[in-house]
Amino acid sequence: MTEDAKFAKFAKFEYLLRLGDNCLVLSQQLGAWCGHGPALEEDLAQTNVALDLLGQARLWLSYAGEVEGKGRDEDALAYLRDGAAFRNLLLVEQPNGHYGDTVMRQFLFDAWHQHLLDGLSRSSDPRIADIASKAAKEVRYHVKRSATLAIALGDGTALSHARMQASLEQLWPYTQEWFESDPVDDACAQQAFAPAAASLAPAWRASVEAVLARATLTIPHLIGHQRGGRQGNHSEHLGHLLTELQFVQRAYPGARW
Amino acid sequence: MNNAPADTRATREQVLGWLDDVMDPEVPVVSVVGLGIVRDVIWMNTHGDGVMAGGTGSAWLQVVVTPTYSGCPATEVIAASIRESLRGHGIANVEVATRLSPAWTTDWMSPQARDALRAYGIAPPMERVANADGSQIVDIAALLSPDARVAVPCPQCGSSRTRLLSQFGSTACKALYQCNSCLEPFDYFKPH
Repeated sequence: MTEDAKFAKFAKFEYLLRLGDNCLVLSQQLGAWCGHGPALEEDLAQTNVALDLLGQARLWLSYAGEVEGKGRDEDALAYLRDGAAFRNLLLVEQPNGHYGDTVMRQFLFDAWHQHLLDGLSRSSDPRIADIASKAAKEVRYHVKRSATLAIALGDGTALSHARMQASLEQLWPYTQEWFESDPVDDACAQQAFAPAAASLAPAWRASVEAVLARATLTIPHLIGHQRGGRQGNHSEHLGHLLTELQFVQRAYPGARW
Repeated sequence: MNNAPADTRATREQVLGWLDDVMDPEVPVVSVVGLGIVRDVIWMNTHGDGVMAGGTGSAWLQVVVTPTYSGCPATEVIAASIRESLRGHGIANVEVATRLSPAWTTDWMSPQARDALRAYGIAPPMERVANADGSQIVDIAALLSPDARVAVPCPQCGSSRTRLLSQFGSTACKALYQCNSCLEPFDYFKPH
């Protein structure tokens, strides 16, 4: 294998980890709401979205393991990697907070996820295109729900509006790293495995502006932003999340049910 | 009945007929065939090329299934039910293979399955998903437009005065509605 081909394979593996880890970490976060939702309907909806994301994580991580070719399956990748080996975006590991925080995090992510999957469904890699086409259908309902809730809470009472505006200001600095490219992104875009990171920005921005305007929320002015999740530089929240996610397999290696 | 000789092997139609008795565990009035998730039934030989082995006795039946939702917990139960059903019909070697593409759509649900859903109290999907090439329209504003919402008739009383309570019901494939006429809540099988 030439150096270029080796790097292309490595980049695909890394990129698949990014896709899978976003879904896995967000799924784990939403799962924590199970039994704690503000209403039964919300509890059910939240856990159903978590389940969709978990299913998508399994498909991406299984494929990542195959591309890597070192015998790691979806379980080995989910349960036996340390925090620095995770490649998810910083946004998805931010704490659940109150329900409005969770809704805002979900909406910002869903809007991006929908546009990303739309691009991936035209991937030059048929397996990526197949998984993305399937997932895109699921995410349509995720974004429909999270956008509806963001509008209801943003354009709700004075209190819910103030809280949603604060959630937006808290989370917005974590949304900009999505559109920055690194060598992994460049290699994947070059092979047409994936759309270029920056190419998703205009559509995402338009979707988010349309919904936030209806939610009567104001997009904050940024002077700087957070980055590093995709390269393994995480916030302090990820480690705590992984201790729960990985506990059984770490304490009882190979445990099955 | 194990290892039936080649000439007595069940035909595709027979197998599909048997699988029409295998019900979805979450929606026990709709079969896996009616739901449209059984995509193919192929006799395989050791070469794995789907050609009849011609009495070698080593053939197995591959049932190709496409999942409804990526995280659907019923998937494994469905695979086990398919194997069990076919074992009951004398086919011991069954492989349940997963096919992701083309992605499952509620368009593949049979008219009988739609009627069975309604009779069971679940409103069947109203819209065709249609786009055969798998392309998606990413228009969040349109997704949210109240005009774009189709009235879902109540499966209990038939009234079209119903409202959406939640995009997700008891499972990911269903939304929760309430009828404004008879006041009963009901599940709506979402177009997918």
